[in-house]
Amino acid sequence: MSEPDLAGGSLPRAIVDQIDGLRSRYPTEEALLLPALHLVQSYNGGWLSEESIEAVAELLHLSPSKVAGVVSFYDMFHDHPVGRHRIRVCSNLSCQLRGAEELLESLARELEVGEDQVTPDGRCSYVHFECLGSCDTAPVAMIDDDYHENLTPARLRQLVRELE
Amino acid sequence: MAVERVLTRNVGRAGSRTVKVYRESGGYEALAKALRLQPEEVVEEVKKSALRGRGGAGFPCGLKWSFVPRGTDKPKYIVCNADESEPGTFKDRLLMEHDPQQLIEGCVIAGWAVGANTTYIYIRGEYRFAARVLEEAIREAYDHGILGDSVLGSGFRHDVYVHRGAGAYICGEETGMLESLEGKRGQPRVKPPFPAVVGAFGCPTVINNVETLCCVPHIVLRGADWFRSIGPDERNTGPKLYAISGHVERPGTYEYPIGVTFQELLDGCGGMYKGRRLKAFIPGGASAPMLRAEDREIRMDFDTLAKAGSMLGSAAVIVMDETTCVVRAALRLAKFFAHESCGQCTPCREGTNWMELILHRIESGHGTEADLDLLARVVPNVGGISLCALGDAAQGPVRSLIEKFGDEIRDNLRAGRYPLPRVPYFDLGAVA
Repeated sequence: MSEPDLAGGSLPRAIVDQIDGLRSRYPTEEALLLPALHLVQSYNGGWLSEESIEAVAELLHLSPSKVAGVVSFYDMFHDHPVGRHRIRVCSNLSCQLRGAEELLESLARELEVGEDQVTPDGRCSYVHFECLGSCDTAPVAMIDDDYHENLTPARLRQLVRELE
Repeated sequence: MAVERVLTRNVGRAGSRTVKVYRESGGYEALAKALRLQPEEVVEEVKKSALRGRGGAGFPCGLKWSFVPRGTDKPKYIVCNADESEPGTFKDRLLMEHDPQQLIEGCVIAGWAVGANTTYIYIRGEYRFAARVLEEAIREAYDHGILGDSVLGSGFRHDVYVHRGAGAYICGEETGMLESLEGKRGQPRVKPPFPAVVGAFGCPTVINNVETLCCVPHIVLRGADWFRSIGPDERNTGPKLYAISGHVERPGTYEYPIGVTFQELLDGCGGMYKGRRLKAFIPGGASAPMLRAEDREIRMDFDTLAKAGSMLGSAAVIVMDETTCVVRAALRLAKFFAHESCGQCTPCREGTNWMELILHRIESGHGTEADLDLLARVVPNVGGISLCALGDAAQGPVRSLIEKFGDEIRDNLRAGRYPLPRVPYFDLGAVA
């Protein structure tokens, strides 16, 4: 993705239109906040900068501190830069029983960065994650929006190497 | 055991997400029937079926619906709880991804029954694929006149919207979910007032789990008596999805009449992984106290499990074999609850962290028997005294660890055996 165009507190028209398109669904403007943050974060390369938080606040007539408070509450919103590809390895009990720890170890060796750190080429960052709700196909990881199930360390390494 | 598949009857059928295939299996007949009945009659039928909530609490569904005030000028809402974040639980995902029309039908019938014109399906943010499937199914339902200004030409208006969460277990709690829906941090509210009276946007709201709503069309179409004929007694009725994971040969979602025994479930999924011995199992998701191998003949229903000191919860069954360190398993769950505590109430915020810390000390080999005693003193103070049930949930695994495995842990502590040798699932050589 090219450099996000969110400077000056303005959001791109296409994003504003998408958010406006949801207005009729809710009786309050505030209820648009989670959908708006998902859209803006996705546009902004996977994280929410101070500028984008201010822009969302302005659009929905909320205070920036309120929006920042919501961002900080949810695991899927990020207030710091992440890799172009975001890898979430499920680490809860069902996956732990079926090799999630080995997956994380192998990922650490493959990418040579710690959790939640971005690889030097900006390509990936990874985190261990709470239950992804796919325990029957454990161990599981989510890469960007997609689930990868019944993983092995070798399969996960291969998937990661294929990321651009 | 030959079992009629009710909730999962369309799973695996080609085109199972479409209105056409859903209709071929009798879909939307229940909605047409419901619209010919008075809303109160629908509520009565669901009450009579004794359907209990499939999300975790097991609250009677019809009773919940009957709390919604009639004759108010305020709008009313259905909120479908598709947050499914209880570790071990993945049954609702199956229902949404394979048979979304069944859920939509349940939502509209619930709306008709309580007089709500809008349903929000609050789905956990990670379920991106299921959310897309639902969006597409909803679009198709509008095209067929199933949703919109006049549901099946009845003049009753009902809209269904998908609302994505963003990664927070606490948003599965009813009022945390409402806060989140309204665009706030998902921190549970003070109750009363309960959502049936003051819910979403200050209006009367019914919050039902995905599987619960999927039961509704079948109750309306086949009758409460049919539903009650399934299950062991009059308080535990209907078909039930069990989500089985961990050390079994074929993990998955299995449909049985409620009240099947754990052993039957285990046999049904091919038995223990690699034929190993059963050590412990969690019958109802991370919040449910663990049971031991000798409890294997227990009936998996609300009341039997409650009597045994555990719970059916979301019927997420996590199976652990003889290679499992139970302290390590409990520690993983304790970490989860410490991470997911929303931080509003001190006993939960602090208590969950203390449980994690002490369990970590024991598991890592730095603990003594005094730590086990300390843990036993901390546990009772974590739950029962905060705004929601997260603290109570966090107690479950730890309390059962002490009660069910206390002697074993003491032995191990005295002999200095911690950390127990880890039996990796994958060959570590292959990892290098």
